[in-house]
Amino acid sequence: MTRKSKRLTLIVGALAMLGVAAGLILFALRDNIVFFYTPSELAQKTLKPGVRLRIGGLVKQGSVVKSGAQDVVFIITDKTADLAVSYTGLLPDLFREAQGVVADGVLLQDGSFRADSVLAKHDEKYMPRDVADALKKQGVWQGEKK
Amino acid sequence: MIVESGHFALALALALALAQSIIPFVGARLNDVALMRVARPSALAQFLFVAFSYSALTYAHIVSDFSLVNVIENSHSMKPFIYKISGVWGNHEGSMLLWVLVLSFCGALVALFSATMSDKLRADALSVQGLISAAFLLFILLTSNPFMRVSPAPWEGRDLNPILQDPGLAIHPPLLYLGYVGFSIVFSFAAAALISGRIDASWARVVRPWTLLAWIALTLGIAMGSYWAYYTLGWGGFWFWDPVENASLMPWLAGTALLHSAAVMEKREALKIWTLFLSILAFSLSLLGTFLVRSGVLTSVHSFASDPERGVFILAILIFFIGGALALFALRAGALPVGGLFAPISREGALVINNLLLSVICATVVIGTLYPLALEALTGEKISVGAPFFNGVLMPIALPLALLMPIGQMLPWKRGDLSAALSRLRVAFLIGIAALAVFLASYGAPYLSVITASIALYLIVGGLSDLFQRVTVRNDGARATLTRLSHVPLSALGASIAHAGVGVTLLGLAATGWGVESVIAMAPLKAYEVGPYQLMIEEITPRQGPNYSEIYAKMTVQKQGVTLGRIEPAKRFYQTRKMARSEAGILTIGLGQVYVAIGESHPDGTLDARLYYKPLVTLIWVGALIMALGGACSLADRRLRIGVARRSIALRGGEAPT
Repeated sequence: MTRKSKRLTLIVGALAMLGVAAGLILFALRDNIVFFYTPSELAQKTLKPGVRLRIGGLVKQGSVVKSGAQDVVFIITDKTADLAVSYTGLLPDLFREAQGVVADGVLLQDGSFRADSVLAKHDEKYMPRDVADALKKQGVWQGEKK
Repeated sequence: MIVESGHFALALALALALAQSIIPFVGARLNDVALMRVARPSALAQFLFVAFSYSALTYAHIVSDFSLVNVIENSHSMKPFIYKISGVWGNHEGSMLLWVLVLSFCGALVALFSATMSDKLRADALSVQGLISAAFLLFILLTSNPFMRVSPAPWEGRDLNPILQDPGLAIHPPLLYLGYVGFSIVFSFAAAALISGRIDASWARVVRPWTLLAWIALTLGIAMGSYWAYYTLGWGGFWFWDPVENASLMPWLAGTALLHSAAVMEKREALKIWTLFLSILAFSLSLLGTFLVRSGVLTSVHSFASDPERGVFILAILIFFIGGALALFALRAGALPVGGLFAPISREGALVINNLLLSVICATVVIGTLYPLALEALTGEKISVGAPFFNGVLMPIALPLALLMPIGQMLPWKRGDLSAALSRLRVAFLIGIAALAVFLASYGAPYLSVITASIALYLIVGGLSDLFQRVTVRNDGARATLTRLSHVPLSALGASIAHAGVGVTLLGLAATGWGVESVIAMAPLKAYEVGPYQLMIEEITPRQGPNYSEIYAKMTVQKQGVTLGRIEPAKRFYQTRKMARSEAGILTIGLGQVYVAIGESHPDGTLDARLYYKPLVTLIWVGALIMALGGACSLADRRLRIGVARRSIALRGGEAPT
């Protein structure tokens, strides 16, 4: 093979590989993206039940009800809209009322949310930025202690 | 006083870094040896001043000097001593200071171990290194000063974030930074080569040990971070595809590609331009990682406090260095001489494919990490890209790469014979296929685990096959075999070991599919099944630690009535920060682990617990250790040792010292 044809083989090979990778990436992005909403953003959308979502906000004061060993229901609020969330399993160490949480899960028929994982972040320094942004927008952000 | 001199030393280090970046560079352009030789003493002095400054901050932390904002916010007089030392880098300012300390340490290393290289190359490389130092020193002094005082000083500090109060903090960041910043040396040499327009195999010989050193540190740093997250977060996971984790994976992938392409360049003078590009890329991705973690673009335990001013500053540094280096690359790369020829089926060809696959993997991680940020910036839409995306894209690329690795090792340079290489691997193939059959029969599902585990076993055997065949080429007794083993070049030994290490890690990853997980409310003195073992709570009691109180469960792990060990998973509460943290109870049995994280206790005496049985899980980290060991073997190779490139330069009649 000449130098030119070798280089061509290499370039074609590289492009083919990039093509395959790009295809895989696009395919995976289409199926595996999860959108993040706050309860009030969710209220404005009409989403089909069964869609995977990520919901962020505060755990509403006095809304946490434990039933059975591991079952818990609580309300995520951004002070404008509320969303009822049910979850089975261990809650994270930092899960507390009036604290920021992010829940991953699916929307149910009745408009409530079934979480399969709940993440809590501690003081405002570590609040998920998504939640902080949403709360800032709502004007209930307390601000960072400096 | 000590604190103020620390601050002042930092400013002096900045002045030295500026001198280091300007004077040798001018000297190299004017061919003035005296000016060029300013590089070494200034690099050494800069390191000494940064080290002094760093020690001053450490001193303030040790004596709990609460007149320093940094100490107030991150320390407490009751904090255990080791966290007073490691807590210095457990915050934004301190960790940036550690970053600069490692950076100037790398500069000093280059200054010390460069007696053999030409004055010009050393001057240019150290001047680029000085410029990077100057940028980050300026960043610390202007936006992240750790020596800020406050008056009046409070009596007590606010303590370190409990999640960071762990021995992991003492090991993970320094190793990771040595890896990140180690690539700056390679970057500086690449920039120096582009500036002078001279590059040959001796350049690769100078750069390869530094690449190896950075790669070893990064490998260990990532593995340590992953194990820390595994035992401390209580989720039983070891990798979350969190952007902050990806930030460390990206330079690792680029660095791995660089190691391999530098080998081609050193042996065959081919792939020069590509190697230069990777040298720039590896450090650029380290900078990108620093930007992502330190700017507050992302929020995580790693990002400490965020401040937009800092983000903009780091972004400016990022654009200056990456943009500058790439512009230099675009201008000069075309003019560089083209290297040796090779057939597609050859060691070089295999390494080209390795580089292509690694680059694609790296690009995927970059896209998956940056896409959500870009989308949010452009459309305001918030999305998260997690494990399903990365696993879905990376598995189809990583598994073929694993299949090709031993084949590449078997191919000779320049021109190879594929069927000969494959036939030398027949034992590995047979073991892989046998494993596939055994795993399918005994486990069945999940298929991904079965396939990955079989490929992993093939990779371990295949990786070591070359070594084994070299040593047992003749059947003439153990002594002759050992003699041959001692004559195998250490770099070849290192490659075999590192490849086997990848296989070991892959096996550990595959086995996660066969783990057992359950979340239950456990009653005391009752046995619960987890995998092949039974767990029983003996007692749930409170306990007082130095700066926390905890409730822990004494548990026994049994197999058919025989007690194998005890674990004490706990839930800790840190008074000062009013924060809780889980401490998982882990018992290693063979290569697997039993892992328990506890939650709340109920009025009826039961305790919420998450139980895992994780077969072979330790292999994930053992594999990383083996990879690092392989790297260390390569680094110990006489031809590759840091600072011994001269002999070969002299032999090849390369650049004579000016």
